Amino acid sequence: MSSKPIKDLIKGDVKLTSGHRLCAGCAESIIARQVLMATDKPIIASSATGCFEVSTTIFPYTSWNIPWIHTAFGNGAATGAGTEAAYQALKRKGKITEEMRFVTFGGDGATYDIGFQALSGAVERGHQLMYVCFNNEAYMNTGIQRSGATGFGASTTTSPAGKAVPGKTEYPKDLTMIMAAHDIPYAAQVSPYYWRDLISKAEKGFECGGPAFINALSPCPRGWRFNSEDCMMVAKLAVETCVWPLYEFENGKYVLTSESKRIAEGKSEKKPVTEWFKAQGRYKHLLAEGNADIVDKIQAEIDRKWERLLALSKL
Amino acid sequence: MGDLAINGDSAVALAWKQIDPDVCAAYPITPQTIIVEKFSDYVADGDVGTEFVCVESEHSALTVCTGSCSAGARTFTATSSQGLAYMWEMLPITSAMRVPLVMAVANRAISGPININNDHGDVMSARDCGWIQIFAENVQEAYDNAIIAPRIAEHPDVQLPIMTNLDGFILTHAIERMTPLDDAVVKKFVGEFKPFKPLLDYKNPVSHGLMDGPDFYYEHKYQMVQAMEKSFAVIEQVFADFKKISGREYHIVEQYRCDDAEYVAVVLGSSYGTMKAAVDELREKKGLKVGVCMPRIFRPWPAEQLAKILDGKKAVIVMDKHLSVGAYGPMYPEVAAALIKCKKVPAAYNYIYGLGGKDTKVSGFEGVFEDVIAGKAKTVNYLGVDE
Repeated sequence: MSSKPIKDLIKGDVKLTSGHRLCAGCAESIIARQVLMATDKPIIASSATGCFEVSTTIFPYTSWNIPWIHTAFGNGAATGAGTEAAYQALKRKGKITEEMRFVTFGGDGATYDIGFQALSGAVERGHQLMYVCFNNEAYMNTGIQRSGATGFGASTTTSPAGKAVPGKTEYPKDLTMIMAAHDIPYAAQVSPYYWRDLISKAEKGFECGGPAFINALSPCPRGWRFNSEDCMMVAKLAVETCVWPLYEFENGKYVLTSESKRIAEGKSEKKPVTEWFKAQGRYKHLLAEGNADIVDKIQAEIDRKWERLLALSKL
Repeated sequence: MGDLAINGDSAVALAWKQIDPDVCAAYPITPQTIIVEKFSDYVADGDVGTEFVCVESEHSALTVCTGSCSAGARTFTATSSQGLAYMWEMLPITSAMRVPLVMAVANRAISGPININNDHGDVMSARDCGWIQIFAENVQEAYDNAIIAPRIAEHPDVQLPIMTNLDGFILTHAIERMTPLDDAVVKKFVGEFKPFKPLLDYKNPVSHGLMDGPDFYYEHKYQMVQAMEKSFAVIEQVFADFKKISGREYHIVEQYRCDDAEYVAVVLGSSYGTMKAAVDELREKKGLKVGVCMPRIFRPWPAEQLAKILDGKKAVIVMDKHLSVGAYGPMYPEVAAALIKCKKVPAAYNYIYGLGGKDTKVSGFEGVFEDVIAGKAKTVNYLGVDE
């Protein structure tokens, strides 16, 4: 649990200001603010190209009250790693004495796909860098194209639901597990609805002494087709349906947290995936007549992965 | 320190050991690899305090370097050929962000077909990326350029990244006699790195790498044009300062026996030495009035300086170690454009040579002059190609 009560968290410095140009109902700035609340140490931030980058830094304006850098799309982790390398060098040479923290934000396209190599390399090298993925499950900045994070059956502009093909026909890659397979000091899945869980995990990530990976589900009203005011409801449903379980990987152990822990303990209900589909237009076609077998298939896959996570958490 | 027998890569690594940069991020690629291997030895032995980041690709190499230099660390890297091609996306970003890092480029042919030998395909493909580009004739100059480069890149009037080029194998691997400078002399010459608005100065937060709309993109490019123009004076000053510590004199355009020459070749890199030998042979044995010049700096392009040297000559021969298939060698149109400034415009011929490491000898270069003088040359000629 976060070490600070909410009344103290909200009194902290405003590191990312309002007035940015993200869509109403976008979760990205909410996630970013929660992450940035998780340390009082100076932070150097970086971003891969994407919605968050273009919306917070259109020259001559910036929403950032802390140092921030962007270079390109497929290299978010390398950009952050560069700032951290400078810090390590100047600290060793005695030119810097303060403790600082380093965080990189990237969308799922920048993280699961084009920037995956840079992320894997940065984690292997052990930079003291926390990488936060805003996972909105498609290339939203270019107009809702499918990515390696897009869910099975989702309709996107490059995996449209048509007469012959029912949306995306592949499951997303499990990037959090892939990062855990790097034996990374700290990895976690978060959802902004469960803000205390998110901030607690970001605190751990900042202080783990090496690379950390936070995979944050980031509901997108434009791409997922829901009303702006429903962002947090959708962020909650993802966890309640076990589409997006909350857990952490710390020192080689998988630990379920928050609502996912309660579901595992039988204290909360595990909702059916149809609840998740009903909340979003991108899955609307799956609920039409004749697609029940696809829904069953997706439910079976969610169940399989949930059972596997339960087994891993008992190791 | 006495004279050394040393190859070009090791000489560059030695220069960087003496500079002791804060960060180096690099990835191995032939024929650059010796630079990062030697530098790794210096790191492993504690001879430098550099944070050496062994990245997983050249794209990340230049990204890490751009991040570290923006954060406030003096940074260098090295690459070649496909490595430079893989960095390409980052090249104009690094320059547009006005990041004054230094990169050695061991010039090698660009695939395909895959070929590890020397030509200028890599650096020429990067010529429009907003980097200053400096060339070396020999190992001594490769070493000297490495020491000169940070002073140019980091100058407040410039603030642009710089590529120090050395011909693959011909300079990177060939052992030559070289006179190094003392460590303390190098340190003093290069001086402390004074970064402009670094990220690590967190009490004065600045955003780096913002998005420009049509209202600012062109203006930011134009500021780079102004920096390139100002860099001529900076380069001349740094060359003058370098002469004071080394006794070695460099110019933006080098020239050899051009004053009374009727025919002048323009070459880049190690071929300058080969062409000087050809000029001597032709003058001494055949009495031909020939000369050669080398733009030591390719970006910014020294059009004025070249026009001054080439004005009134009968013909100018542009030697290109790269080819824009379907057009010319890349330097030919640039020289031709510079010649328009001449009062008496010379004829201009283009010779493509040495692609993929094709051996070019003094006798071959002599033949180029002789063909031009005999009126046998076409506009574009392919020296040594086996048709």
